[in-house]
Amino acid sequence: MTAPAPVSTVDLVARFPEFVSADSRPAYSGFVVKKENLVEVATALRDEFGFDLLSSLTGADYLAENKMEVVYHVHRTTGGPGVVFKTQAERTDPVEVPSLVGVWAGADFQEREAWDLLGIKFVGHPDLRRILMWEGFEGHPLRKDWQEAFYEEDTKPFKSRWPEGSHVYAEFKNPFRDNVKLPEGFSLEKYQPETEDQLYFSLERDSSKKIDGETQELGERMVINMGPHHPSTHGVLRVAVELNGETITSLKPVLGYLHRNHEKIGERNTFLQIMPYTDRLDYFNSMINNFGYAITVEKLMKIPVAERAEYIRVIMAELSRIQNHFIFIGMLINDLGAMYTPSLYAFEERELVLDIFEAVAGARMMCNYFRFGGVVRDIPDDAMRKIKDLVFDRLPAKTDEMERFLNENEVLVARLKNVHVLNADEAIRNSVTGPCLRAAGVPYDIRRADPYSIYDRFDFDVAVRYNGDMYDNYLIRFDEIRQSLRILEQALKQIPEGPINSQKPQYQVRVPAGEAYGRVESPKGELGFYVVSNGKPNPYRYHVRAPSFVNLTALETMCKGEKIADFVALLAMFDIVMGEVDR
Amino acid sequence: MYGKGIIKGLGVTLKRFTDTYLDDISWWMQGKKRYYTKEGVEHRSSKDARGIFTVQYPEEQLIAPEEFRYEPFLLYDEGPEGERNIRCTSCGICAKVCPPQCIWIMRTSDPETGKPIPEPKEFYIDMDLCMNCGLCAEYCPFDAIKMDHDFELASYHRNVYDLEMLLKPTSYYAEIRPTNYNREEEERKAKEAAKAAKAAAPRPSAATN
Amino acid sequence: MENKYEGLNLPNYNIPEDIQNAVSITTIDRLYNWGRRWSVWPLMFGLACCAIEMIAAQTARYDMARFGMEVMRPTPRQADMMIVSGTVTKKMLPAIIRLYNQMPEPKYVVAMGACASSGGPFKEGYNVVAGIDKFLPVDVYIPGCPPTPQALMAGMIKLQEKIDKQSIKKVRWYEKGKADANYVPMPILGPDLIDARRADEFKAAAAPKQETA
Repeated sequence: MTAPAPVSTVDLVARFPEFVSADSRPAYSGFVVKKENLVEVATALRDEFGFDLLSSLTGADYLAENKMEVVYHVHRTTGGPGVVFKTQAERTDPVEVPSLVGVWAGADFQEREAWDLLGIKFVGHPDLRRILMWEGFEGHPLRKDWQEAFYEEDTKPFKSRWPEGSHVYAEFKNPFRDNVKLPEGFSLEKYQPETEDQLYFSLERDSSKKIDGETQELGERMVINMGPHHPSTHGVLRVAVELNGETITSLKPVLGYLHRNHEKIGERNTFLQIMPYTDRLDYFNSMINNFGYAITVEKLMKIPVAERAEYIRVIMAELSRIQNHFIFIGMLINDLGAMYTPSLYAFEERELVLDIFEAVAGARMMCNYFRFGGVVRDIPDDAMRKIKDLVFDRLPAKTDEMERFLNENEVLVARLKNVHVLNADEAIRNSVTGPCLRAAGVPYDIRRADPYSIYDRFDFDVAVRYNGDMYDNYLIRFDEIRQSLRILEQALKQIPEGPINSQKPQYQVRVPAGEAYGRVESPKGELGFYVVSNGKPNPYRYHVRAPSFVNLTALETMCKGEKIADFVALLAMFDIVMGEVDR
Repeated sequence: MYGKGIIKGLGVTLKRFTDTYLDDISWWMQGKKRYYTKEGVEHRSSKDARGIFTVQYPEEQLIAPEEFRYEPFLLYDEGPEGERNIRCTSCGICAKVCPPQCIWIMRTSDPETGKPIPEPKEFYIDMDLCMNCGLCAEYCPFDAIKMDHDFELASYHRNVYDLEMLLKPTSYYAEIRPTNYNREEEERKAKEAAKAAKAAAPRPSAATN
Repeated sequence: MENKYEGLNLPNYNIPEDIQNAVSITTIDRLYNWGRRWSVWPLMFGLACCAIEMIAAQTARYDMARFGMEVMRPTPRQADMMIVSGTVTKKMLPAIIRLYNQMPEPKYVVAMGACASSGGPFKEGYNVVAGIDKFLPVDVYIPGCPPTPQALMAGMIKLQEKIDKQSIKKVRWYEKGKADANYVPMPILGPDLIDARRADEFKAAAAPKQETA
């Protein structure tokens, strides 16, 4: 690998003049690559230009132009802004585009998602199955010409609500009086539901014993399914695990049990209406989800953020991060089998943080606090006093207490120490971001690597640990809590007086046409939003790059060769939230 | 020594356990009531909370901050003879801004001219669709729809509220959100004063011509 | 909060004062209900955002143990109440029905939050079931998105009141002639979710379409 070129010189057009062109649409950026040469260009980007981290991969359906586009956002783990490149294909069924799993393994789940929801077939993908919907589901829902059973209109607000709005259940408008739509000529007698053979075949194929070329005796192999109803899978995650004795030989997560069609609904909402929906992505950190979405749309609108609002945003985001990490610690101990006491202690601190959110934003979990250009309302005085009490007084003491309580506990150390999670190479290859990447020794934190908002004004360290085992993954959460407290202390001292929004409050914002990708460091990793606007009140394409979802790509790498007893703890390391995984 | 970490941890638990009783004793010595009082609940939600943390719900309740929002309700001003002047003008902004589209409004129209009258004929909110985001209250230009503090809404059936169930008096709003209420009333008065001043002043266009 | 059903003793029945501590006179119904209302074990079953508030309701600040509801069992075989806490998706529905079918009676279903009651903000979604009441008999609906832990507890009190009024003869799982009241047929995941109980309807709907085509 040659030394990475500085960002300004990333000129793919000069490097590949025959098949790369700059994206010339107004307010679009990046490069358009011919799909036949996609793999070649991607390999060059990774090896010659040093873009080792594939952040986001998604598709967009341009119905009017009869085109499907796949959009790739790549970044360097050494920091700096990223590069976006696209490839276009004619809109057929299915659309065929070469797979990039061979270049960035982290493309795996994201390509499967694009196949599932948009019907883009990635040629060369080793395991292209549906990921969020079930096999046998009719159609690809995110295509612009696909309509669901409760379809009313293309965009909100619906005309039936006002001025002649008489309450009607959506069911009454549907022929089946239910959220069901069957294809033309569907016959229940002849219908054979799809089996799960494909899932089990893929388990068998990727089984590590087979890869080693060893012979495998029949009966030795056992497949168990964990979830979707399982006390320790952090929600409705299902994992099919293949075991050899106690050792995991292969593993496939089965997702989609909480697939709530966030993106389809988002494309129907107005820009403002999406804000409360983002709360429900990672429902522990609604403030940070709001943050990510707000900065993305602000990028599109090219509006500044009020100075005081910037500080309020940072304060809320860091408080959110602290309570999230407390819950992580509590829940991890729960998963290890120490039912309750530590998680009860963790929840106490969380409740106090949520009290602040309730006083400031109005709700404990679903804050809906950010607006384009600022925030909804100023922090009330008593809430400000509470924040200061917590930040300067209680939370540092309680973090110490938590460490005293757990860190040296011999049982905990025995369970966590030297159980390998991920090393730096595996993590980067699989697009893992967040604390898991930093615990593997890569100091990659978007607050530092590509600062957004006002994070460049604060003095803080990127928490990093080097062993990449479970104990480091656990300890790094404490480090991050302390760094967040540092940021909070500075923010609370520096916060200026002034207006809390640079814009006038308006319920329908004008967003000029164009595309934007905004990303923030959520407690789970890189939370990205890809928004395409065509100048109308609703986004044309709205995609969420959820850290929990992409991190799960590495689950198989992480768990292969480990004991099944450690699986629950290993899964807990990613701190997944199903609302974000399945969206 | 093996087991030292566990003992250290147990020390933390023991301290938390005894803290409850130490606080009990100190409150008792000061002659204050720790449980079932507002003061006690406040203390248990403050930074000084230690030991017991439970707020025993039906008997005592957490103190809801003013901005707390649950489900929306509609406001009416009480007239001098007990009549209800509904603030809503059925302009439809709440229905337009509502993300899950759970608000249905039917506008009243004059039976003779057919022109719309600023008052809702029907107003439905499907409480089981509402996502408590508060956008309707935030963007209502007439302060006619507000978010409630009442959360004890559990029922044995689906909850679709009509106009009658949604209406609550302004005095109730003033009670749950005093700061907001006072601020809005002041703004309204200032606006009305400005309007009156404008009406009283001679038209500038007429003066110049 | 006064609750006239709370005690075990029947009102208006005068027990001599000297044996009041030792003797209780009641009906079988009331004895059953009294036992049930204070030991409703929830299924440890979380779907989405509401599940976090359900967990919060179990923790120190709210402490559902005060209602005899602290024993959350992950297995349906040891649970009395299913709190459907979150969005019910079509993909998840068969698992939920399977869990419900495995629960022994008494079994109560609480729809916690907007999504479980009606589909909530995600109702229009293609993978969302518009309310768990389409498939399971719901005892209590709790509005809110998500309901705060206190709102959940208000719902639990509502459920306790409902239990108080039940009669062994008339509850849906013991009623005569309703042998399979506890069993809901499994839905099929086809091109879309197919409710097995409505198979005939779907067949009828498909038939004329074929003719016109």
